[in-house]
Formats: sequence, structure tokens, C-alpha cells
Amino acid sequence: MSKRIMTVDDSSSVRQMVGFTLKDAGYEVVEAVDGKDALTKLSGTVDMIITDLNMPNMDGIEFIRQVRALPNYKFVPIVMLTTESQAEKKQVGKEAGATGWIVKPFKPDQLLAVVKKVVR
Amino acid sequence: MSREEQMQQAKNAYLEEARELLGDLEDALLELESSPEDHELINRVFRSMHTIKGSGAMFGFDDIAMFTHELETVFDLVRNDELRVTSELLDLTLKSRDLILEMLHQDGCHASACQSESERIVTRLRGFLEQAGKGPSGLIAAESDAEGTGATGSSGEVSTVFRVRFKPDARIFLTGTNPLALLEELTELGNCKIVARTENIPRLDEMDPVSCYTWWDMILVTSRGKEAIQDVFIFVEDDCELTIQEVETVDPDEVAHVGKRLGEILVERGDVKIQDLQEILKQQRPLGELLTQAGLVSSQGLEAALTEQEVVREARVPRVEHKEAVSSIRVEAAKLDKLGDLVGELVIVQARLTQLVTQRHDTALGSLAEELERLSDELRDNTLGIRMLPIGSTFNKFLRLVRDLSKELGKEIELVTQGGETELDKNVIEKLNDPMVHLLRNSIDHGVESPEARQAKGKPGKGKITLSAEHASGEVLIRIMDDGAGIEPAKIRAKALEKGLIGPDVALSDDEVLQLVFLPGFSTAEQVSNVSGRGVGMDVVKRGIDALRGVIKLESVPNKGTSVLIKLPLTLAIIDGLQVEVAQEQYVIPLSAVEECVELDRFKSNFGENGEMINLRGEAVPFIRLRNWFDQNGALPTIEQVVIVNVQEQRIGLVVDKVIGQHQTVIKSLGRVYRELDGISGATINGDGTMALILDVQALVGAAVRNVVQGDG
Repeated sequence: MSKRIMTVDDSSSVRQMVGFTLKDAGYEVVEAVDGKDALTKLSGTVDMIITDLNMPNMDGIEFIRQVRALPNYKFVPIVMLTTESQAEKKQVGKEAGATGWIVKPFKPDQLLAVVKKVVR
Repeated sequence: MSREEQMQQAKNAYLEEARELLGDLEDALLELESSPEDHELINRVFRSMHTIKGSGAMFGFDDIAMFTHELETVFDLVRNDELRVTSELLDLTLKSRDLILEMLHQDGCHASACQSESERIVTRLRGFLEQAGKGPSGLIAAESDAEGTGATGSSGEVSTVFRVRFKPDARIFLTGTNPLALLEELTELGNCKIVARTENIPRLDEMDPVSCYTWWDMILVTSRGKEAIQDVFIFVEDDCELTIQEVETVDPDEVAHVGKRLGEILVERGDVKIQDLQEILKQQRPLGELLTQAGLVSSQGLEAALTEQEVVREARVPRVEHKEAVSSIRVEAAKLDKLGDLVGELVIVQARLTQLVTQRHDTALGSLAEELERLSDELRDNTLGIRMLPIGSTFNKFLRLVRDLSKELGKEIELVTQGGETELDKNVIEKLNDPMVHLLRNSIDHGVESPEARQAKGKPGKGKITLSAEHASGEVLIRIMDDGAGIEPAKIRAKALEKGLIGPDVALSDDEVLQLVFLPGFSTAEQVSNVSGRGVGMDVVKRGIDALRGVIKLESVPNKGTSVLIKLPLTLAIIDGLQVEVAQEQYVIPLSAVEECVELDRFKSNFGENGEMINLRGEAVPFIRLRNWFDQNGALPTIEQVVIVNVQEQRIGLVVDKVIGQHQTVIKSLGRVYRELDGISGATINGDGTMALILDVQALVGAAVRNVVQGDG
């Protein structure tokens, strides 16, 4: 059964890049444009979530908090995409329940390395 | 689509998006002029900049990313109320926005003009930082940790012994982290021994099930260096107790010098007889035992230390022999087959034992059965691993085939192979040979055009066939791609109609039409040229792949080429199966196809004339009652279960009485008499010695879909 990964980003170019990198590697991908959209699309088995932090409607931090409040997704690995490598933002994300982070800009191989790290 | 094309497409999407964002940024900035205190507006400005910067660098616009970073830094201060919006700042920001737009379109000749303009603006932006009392340092360096990690570390063959202690935070599970995955990752770095420390686990009634009480001591021998170990724990290092100590370096060239012990020296000098020495030594108790007895060391602490001693010794000693040891031996294939059979039998016996133990509620026996299960799992994986061969050896055979055939036909074809190192079960590779030869012949004969025809179409005269293999989530994907004439769906459709394989009013997508070539009776004798010399068609190829429990799919773009995708399971002999029960009979569904299990009475099912559908979270999913399919009678349970399976993006439900659970299933093939049975692919022996049939999910999906199509038509 191929693993299902949800990617949440308001930028369509990033979604495309993340999407085709993951599909190329054999993962199934669910795309969402912001936290609000992602919450409505969250159903069934999701093996990992990759989310941006700065988004309209509902930002990444709030999205992570809400996902962690859902019994079915309490333990799903969530990786945040961030340009802010400042410790502060990572800390806020981690406190909200993020598993890890990827610093933008990243290359497809770096993305896959992180995915392989948390999806086993 | 190739990787480059996809990348280019994403890049174009970025350009489009950046233009939109810049438009939005302009609007927001102008609005901000009239209401400079509006936080929502400031956030909008910040978000636009942020996205331009973040994706810019990813698609190669490094100059834009660097420049926008400066701008973003200033607005970060504005966002945090550390800097006020002034008309001077807005002017500069609008100018910056125009510059970014120019940078997007720049084609090189304006680059230097942009460069100097951007430097001017950056200097002025930094002026704002100073105004807010923030030096530019620190913020500027923010980007640096995106690159340059991991490159260092491997220093030849010198390996180091590390002592790693990993004490995760009790709340580690709540961040979606699986500590065992981290340990697994660590073992991939080298020879690793792990001792779980369980002394902190409280009594059951005091235990919080979502807290982590266990911690681990590890000894790792690796040549990858300390950074590689730190990288494993990168996401958790801030909230766990992690110590990585270097114990010693093991240099392969250094001669082993384990100092002699006192006893050995005494015997050598003739001061004591060896028998006497052994007698005395027997009375001495090991140090560890003495320490634990005195309560100075916990038994697990001792275990961890002994493990370290052992690993360090292992790392030192075998080096010398290593150089002489042969790296592989040849084993007769029949012996491997026999070994595989035996492991299969062992797995069955182990399953029976587990089942028996569960009924007995005997804890001592239970832990023994668990231990056996773990060992037999490992044995199974290792045995199957021995049978794996890289597919590259077959690929090489095809080079010759392509060369000879293309010459004979007066075509120029280059065969490119990728992923030859991908491993597959030996038997699968052997059985794959004929279908692959057939597909390659098809590509050479019917796919790639003659050099003249290719040049007329504006393609290079030399055709290309790509053969690739890769692992993808528990399956092996094999692709045979040519850049030839491709297949016109309309032609396939016409032919299928002519052969009476489809009705005139059947609605099929182009993609579905292409798959018709795999139907028996599609290929015709006229198609046989003396080169391919085959009286068989694609249906034989499909049957070959089906026999391997694989899936085959044809994709084609007219004039661009044709590609055949074959998906194969990693191994043939043993699968993970979901055991279900229908009217007291047991069946096994391959777990790889299973998506989820739901109860039937929870949603409304509508009972159509032919097809039955359930509403699965808004999606209409056809289902089959296995009870009807196998003509079983008997009382219906009050709640029926539906197992949702997915084959090639087609979901169906299988209605069963009871879902029993997940089991290792050793596949036994059926006798010749039963081979043509629809919906069954094999049989297996259950834990209690009875039999269960293994369902052919692909055939069932096909049947369910046909039901629905007929119902609609």
C-alpha cells in the first residue's frame, strides 16, 4: 500500500514541486492550499503531513494545533516548511506538535531524505 | 513527462505566481499608505514577500531570494511593532517590488543594472534596521543552514566506536515522533547494538499510555562520524537527553594489540600450570555479578556496558580476517528454494503456535511465542533477502537483443537502462524474461520508426528505448519506454470493436481504451512480422505478469512514444494477508491491496439491479458480497464488515462476516483443476491447520466494476 502524504502550501509552485517529487518516489499525495482547506480534506489514512507556516485563512501553526487535537491524527508526523531558520519559529512549531522541519529553499533529495526519516 | 519538464513547469508556475504576488503586494502597500496601522495588511505584505523569497530560491532565483530576504527582515520588525510604517519606507518597498519584477524578467543583459540597483536599495533597507536598533547581523545569516550539512564525516575506512545515550522527552509521541524509527535509522549507520533501559517504566496503573518511559543505550561502530549521528536526532535534540561519546577509533591498518592478561603471562613463563589456573579462575565471580549483587549497578546498566565491551572487541578483532574472507559463495539454486520452503513451513507452525498460546492465556508461553515470532520474521526476511538478485543481469542480455533486431530492421536504436541494481526475487526475474523480450520486440518492431520516418517528424534519427527499474513503497516498478510512433487510441478502439471485444456504445476513456490491447484475442495474425515471429499477443504478456501477481499498464502519446509500466510485488512466496471469515469459511486478502475496514450498517447502501454501492465519505464505492460470490448460505451476522481494497486507483468493497486479523501468509499454489477459478489466486494453511483461500483482488475489482458499468448501461 503506498504511503499517503498531505502537503499544505498556499504557493502552487511549491505544491507542484513537492507533489511531483513525492509522486515520483511512489507516494500518494493529497494537496491543500491552506490550513482550513487541509482540515476539510483530512480523512482516511494519512502517513505524514508537510505544511507551510505562513498561509492565509489558517496558518501552519494553528493547523498543526488543530490536527493534534484530532484523535485520529494525534501521532501523525508533521513536518513544517519554513524559511525562518530562527530557533524561535521552530520552537513555536514544535510546541504546537510539529515533528520536524525543512528549511526552504530545499532540493527534491533533501525533501525525500526528511520524508524517509519520519515515514517508516 | 521527464523530471526536467516537470521542473520547468513548476518554474513557470512560480513566475506566474510571483507576478500575481507582486500585484497583490503593490495593492497592499498602497492601502497601507492610508491605514499604516492595519495589522492584517502588514501580514499580507509579509506573506507575499515570504512566498516570493521561499519559492524563489527553490527554483533557482537566488538573487530574488537574497534581495527579498532583506526586505522581509525589515517588515518582520514592522510586524512585531518594532518599526513604524512611514511613507519613506513605503516608497522604498514599492521600488523594491518593481525591482523584483524586473529581476523575474531579466535575461542577463540587464543583470548588472539590477545588481547595482539592488545594492543601493539593500543599503537603504539596512538603514531602517539600524533605526530600529537592530544590527543586520544574525538575521542575514539566517539562510545559511539550508545548505552544507552532511558533506563532512566520512574519513576513509577508519571507523569509530560511539557510545550514544538517548533519553527522549516523555511527551515525544505527541510530536508524531517514533523513537524506534530513530533507532532504526541509527542502525543503518553501521554495526549498532541497542540496550533498552526500562527501569523508569511505572506500574501499569500509574502509567500514562501516551508517555514514553523507555530510554536507550547504544553502541555504534561507524565510519560516518559524529555529525551523521547528530543528524539522526536533529528533530528531537532540543527536547531529549542525548549524549554522544567517542569511545575509540579503530584504524584498519593498525595491528591488533590486545594486551596479554596476567594468567596468560604466568602460564607462558611456566610459573603456573594451565589446569591450576582454570581451577582458580572458576572460583572467581565476574565483576559485573559482584557489582549488581552489591546493588551498585543496575542489571540493565551492566548489560549496556557488556554490550559495549563486546562491540568494541568485535570491531577490533575481525579486521584481520576480513581481508582474506571471501565476500560471497556460490550456492545451488535448488538449495535456496528448499530453504525458502522450510521457512514457509516454519512461519505456518509459528502462526499455529501463536494462535494456540493466545487461547491458553499462558504468559510464560506467550513471551516464548513472541520471541519465536520475532526470530522467524527475521529469518524469513533474511532468507528472502538471499534470493534477491539485481535485475541488471537481465538488462544486459537485452542490449544484445536490441542491437541485433534493430540492425535486421534497418533501424537505429539505443537502449538505455536505469536502476539495474534494483533487487528482485530470483524466480521473478526468471519469469520476467519472456514478457520483457516480448515487449522489447514490440517496441523495436512497431514502436520506433525507421530513421527516415523519424527525421521527417523532426525527431533524431536514432531512436531510444529506456528500460528502468526502481523500488517504490514495497513494490518494484519496471518501465519500458520508447520514443517511437505511439499508439492512437481510436485505432485500438476500432479494432476492439471489429473483434467484438467491446460493444459499440461502451464509454471508455483513452486510457482505458489503451488497456484493451491486453485482452485475449486482440492481437491478430496479420501483425506478425518475421522479426517478432510471434503468434502470441499482449494477452500472453499480461498473463505472465498476472502470474507474478503484478500489474501491467500501457501509456502512449501519439508520435511521442509508448511506455509500459509493470508493477511487481517484491517476493512471491510469503505475503502479509488480512484474514476474513464468510459463512465459517476463511479467506485471505493480500494486505497490500487493503485500505481500510468499515462496518456495512453504518452508511446507507443502495442495492442496484446489478451493482451494489456504498457511500464511503461521499464517494460511491461498488461492493461485492463474498457470500454471493462463493455461493455460501448460512445465517448473516448482525453487523457485516466491508474491507475496502484498492487496485490501480479503483476502490471496491468486499463484504465479509468477520475480519479476523493480519497474518503472515505462505502462498500455496492451487492444483491444475482449480487454476481457472475466478477470484481465487491461491491457498494457504491457517494457524489451526485448516485451509484458507487467497482472494484474487484484481479479478474481483474487475468484476465489481463491470457490474456497475452494466448496471448503468
